[in-house]
Amino acid sequence: MMAAEDRYETQEYDVLIVGAGGAGLRAAIEASAAGCRTALVCKSLLGKAHTVMAEGGIAAAMGNVWPEDNWKVHFRDTMRGGKMLNNWRMAQIHAQEAPDRVLELEEWGALFDRTPDGRILQRDFGGHRYARLAHVGDRTGLEMIRTLQQHAVHKGIDVFMECNIQRLLVDAGRINGALGYWRESGKFILFKAKAVVLATGGVGKCWKITSNSWEYTADGITLALDAGAELIDMEMVQFHPTGMVWPPSVRGILVTEGVRGDGGTLRNAAGSRFMFNYVTDYFRAETAETEAEADAWYEDKRNRRTPDLLPRDEVARAINSEVKAGRGSPHGGVFLDIATRRPADYIKKRLPSMYHQFMELADVDITSTPMEVGPTLHYIMGGVRVNADTTATTVPGLFAAGEVAAGLHGANRLGGNSLSDLLVFGRRAGQHAAEYAKASKAPGAVNPAQIEQYTHDMLAPFESSDGANPYSLHTDLQDCMQNLVGIIRTEAELVRALDELKQLKERLKSVHVEGHRQYNPGWHLALDLHHMITASEACTRGAIERKESRGGHTRDDYPEADPKLGKVNIVVRPKDGELTLTQEPLPEMPAELQELFEEAH
Amino acid sequence: MAAAVAEASTPAPAGAKSTYTMRVWRGDSSGGQFQEYVVPVEEGMVVLDVIHRIQATQANDLAVRWNCKAGKCGSCSAEINGKPRLMCMTRMNLFQAGETITVAPMRTFPLIRDLVTDVSFNFEKAKMVPAFKPKAKEADGTHRMFQEDVDRVQEFHKCIECFLCQNVCHVIRNHEENKAAFAGPRLFVRLASLEMHPLDTNDRRELLKAKAGLGYCNITKCCTEVCPEHIHITDNAIIPLKERVVSEYYDPVLWAVRKLTGK
Repeated sequence: MMAAEDRYETQEYDVLIVGAGGAGLRAAIEASAAGCRTALVCKSLLGKAHTVMAEGGIAAAMGNVWPEDNWKVHFRDTMRGGKMLNNWRMAQIHAQEAPDRVLELEEWGALFDRTPDGRILQRDFGGHRYARLAHVGDRTGLEMIRTLQQHAVHKGIDVFMECNIQRLLVDAGRINGALGYWRESGKFILFKAKAVVLATGGVGKCWKITSNSWEYTADGITLALDAGAELIDMEMVQFHPTGMVWPPSVRGILVTEGVRGDGGTLRNAAGSRFMFNYVTDYFRAETAETEAEADAWYEDKRNRRTPDLLPRDEVARAINSEVKAGRGSPHGGVFLDIATRRPADYIKKRLPSMYHQFMELADVDITSTPMEVGPTLHYIMGGVRVNADTTATTVPGLFAAGEVAAGLHGANRLGGNSLSDLLVFGRRAGQHAAEYAKASKAPGAVNPAQIEQYTHDMLAPFESSDGANPYSLHTDLQDCMQNLVGIIRTEAELVRALDELKQLKERLKSVHVEGHRQYNPGWHLALDLHHMITASEACTRGAIERKESRGGHTRDDYPEADPKLGKVNIVVRPKDGELTLTQEPLPEMPAELQELFEEAH
Repeated sequence: MAAAVAEASTPAPAGAKSTYTMRVWRGDSSGGQFQEYVVPVEEGMVVLDVIHRIQATQANDLAVRWNCKAGKCGSCSAEINGKPRLMCMTRMNLFQAGETITVAPMRTFPLIRDLVTDVSFNFEKAKMVPAFKPKAKEADGTHRMFQEDVDRVQEFHKCIECFLCQNVCHVIRNHEENKAAFAGPRLFVRLASLEMHPLDTNDRRELLKAKAGLGYCNITKCCTEVCPEHIHITDNAIIPLKERVVSEYYDPVLWAVRKLTGK
C-alpha cells in the first residue's frame, strides 16, 4: 500500500527555478550571480529540455549580414507577425536586448556559424525582413542549451534532475515554495522558496500531431492557474507548417523553417509553388509576386520576400487548404523541395540534422528528393500573464519566462524569436526574482495538512481499482484537441471539445496506475493529465470567446479579423474551481513606436 | 468516440503490419529478467515506438527515459540486440519480421529500473572540467573567428550526451574501479572542444594527464563506432589530445628546457 503520510524531504532556497531549458538556465545563472541561493529543477536530465530541439536560430538584429537591420525593424516584424496582439513593451525589450544575449553566449563558449569576415552569420527566416538568425547549422538549440548548461555548472547552482514540480505553495497570497516528486524514487520533495520562476515550456502533448517532446504537458500554465495567477491569449497556438508526415510514427517531427530560409520552396502535387496564391492583403506590399522576384530576394533584399517565408500561421493555413483541395502529396502533406534548388553539399552543410533525420527515419535523401511536410502543433503564444519588464505574474513572488509566459508573440510567433525570448526574458526573470527574494523575509511555515492533502491526491491513482488507464485518457485528450481544437475551428466543434474535456476531467478522478512509485511513467502521466486537461480547457474556452480569425487562431465561422478584438487580450482567471474569461484592453503603444507602422514598407 | 475517428483518418497501409517478439529487461538494482512481449509493428516504426506501445497496452509502468524522439536529445540510449544505440533512431525494418529483439539498459551505469540507468557519473565528471575562459574582445566589441577555424570544434559540439560512448568504453565498462580516475570519451570530446576553441585561454593538459585519465585509452575506437552523431571521437578528439599531453610532458627538448630553467 502507498502511504499518504510518506515522508518528504525539505529544501530551502531564495529562488526556485522550475524548468531547465533556455529560459530556466538563463534565469538560474542570473539569480545565482545576484547572490541568491538558487535551485534549478528539471523533469529530465540536464541538457535534454525542449530547447535542445530548436533548429533554425536565434533572432537578433545584429546587422552582421544586412547593416540596415536594427531593433526597430525587428520590433516591427515581431508585432506584425503577431498581428499586433503582442505586448508592445515585451516586443521592444526583446528586440533591443537580443543582440547582447547572443554575444554573451559567444563569450560563454558558443560557436555560431561565421560570416566571411569572421563575425556571427545570420540566416533568413519567415517574417523577418533581413537575415537575422544567429545559428549553428540546424542545431542551434543544442549549442544554446549546452553553452548555458556548461556555464551554469560553475556557478554554484543546485540542480535537481528528474524531479517534477506538481503544486505551488502560496501563503497569504504570496509564493512560499513548491511540492514535487523525484521521478527515480517517487518520493516527495518540498521546496521552501522566497521566489519561484516558471520556465516550464509549452503544451504540445495535448495534441496528437506535435513537434513537442513528452515534457510539454502544460505544467507551468496549470501550476500558475492553480496558484491564482492569470493567463492570457490561451487560444493562440502555433501550428508549424512543416512537420514530417511520413512514416506515421514520425508524424509531427519538426522540419526547420531554415529549409525555406536557405532556399527551399513549397510545391503541391502538380509541382506548383502554391504560396503565391495565399498572400493576404496584410502582407501583399512586402511579398514577391513572381517566382523570379522571390528567388532573387535571397541575394538582394531590394526584392520582396518570397511567400514561402510568410509567417507560420499563413503558411500552415495554406498547406491545410492545398491538402483539403486534393492537391496534396501522397501521405497528406505537401512537398518541400530544396533538392532542385541548392547543391547537395550546401544542403548537407547548412541542414545536417534534416539530412540525417530524413535519411534515417524516412529513407528520403533530401539532396535528391523533395520532403513531404504538413502542419504540426509547435508552440503556444498564450500562457501566464506577466509584467513586461520584470516577468512578474499576478501572484507576488511568482515569475514566468519563455514559452510558459505570454505577451511577446501576440497571435503568432516568428521563427527564431523563441530562442531570443528565452535568453532575454530568462535573464530578466532571474534578475527580478532575485531582487524580490532579497527584499523578502524567509519563506513562511508550510501548512502540514495542505501538504498531506496534496500528497494524498498525488498517490490516489495507485489506490483506484477500476479507473481508466492514463495512456488511453491521454490518447482521448489528444484526439479531442487534434480533431476539435485544430488549425481551423468552429463554434460547434469547440463546444463539443468542452464537453469531452469535462468527461475527461471526470474520468481522471478515478485514473488507475499499476506498479509502484519508483520511475513509473504511467503514474507520471496520470499526474500530468491534470495539467494538460486544464490548459486544454483554457485554450478551448479562449477559442470560443475570440470570435474572429487572427494569427494562430482561425475560426471558420468568423473568417475575418475583428478590429475590436484585435485590441484585447482574452484573460483567463481561476474562480471557485472554474475558469472565468474576460476581454481586457492591450497596453497602449507610445506614439513614437506607432509611427514605425505608418511608414511605407 | 473521437479515438475511432482519428484511427480511421490515418489508416496503416494494408500488409504493412507485422508482429515482433520483444525481449525487454525488467527489474531494478536488486535484480530482474528479460520479459517477452509480442507487439504489432507498422511501417516506419522505431524501437522506441514499440517500447511505448508495450507501455501503453501491456506494461503501463515500464520505465524508459526519452524526450525528443528525433535523435536530438540523447536520452533513450539502450543496448539493442547487444548493440549500444538510440531507441528513437533504430528502425524496426533493420530486423527480420518475426525476429526476437532484445532491449536492455546500458550496462556500464547502475540500473535504476527497467531500461533506465543512473548516468550521474557523466554529470559529476563534467563538473571537473575547468570553465571556458575567452581572450579579450576586438576593439569593436566582437570576437572574430573564421569558419575554417571553428569547423573542427563544431564537430565536437554536435555531441548530444547520449553517453553511448561512455557505455561502450571498456576502460570503465569492465572495470568499475577505473571510474574514479577516468573521465571517458564524452569528456575527452568536451575537453578537446575547449582545447581547440579559437578563443579559449585555459590550459587543461595537467587535468587530462592526471585526473581525466587520458592515458587509459588505448584507442580501440569502440566509442567512435557507436556515436549517433558520427563524431570522430578517437581520431579528431582523443589522439590530438594525447599528442598535446605528450609534447607537454614527454618531449625531451621541452623536458630539458624545463629542468634548466626550473619552469
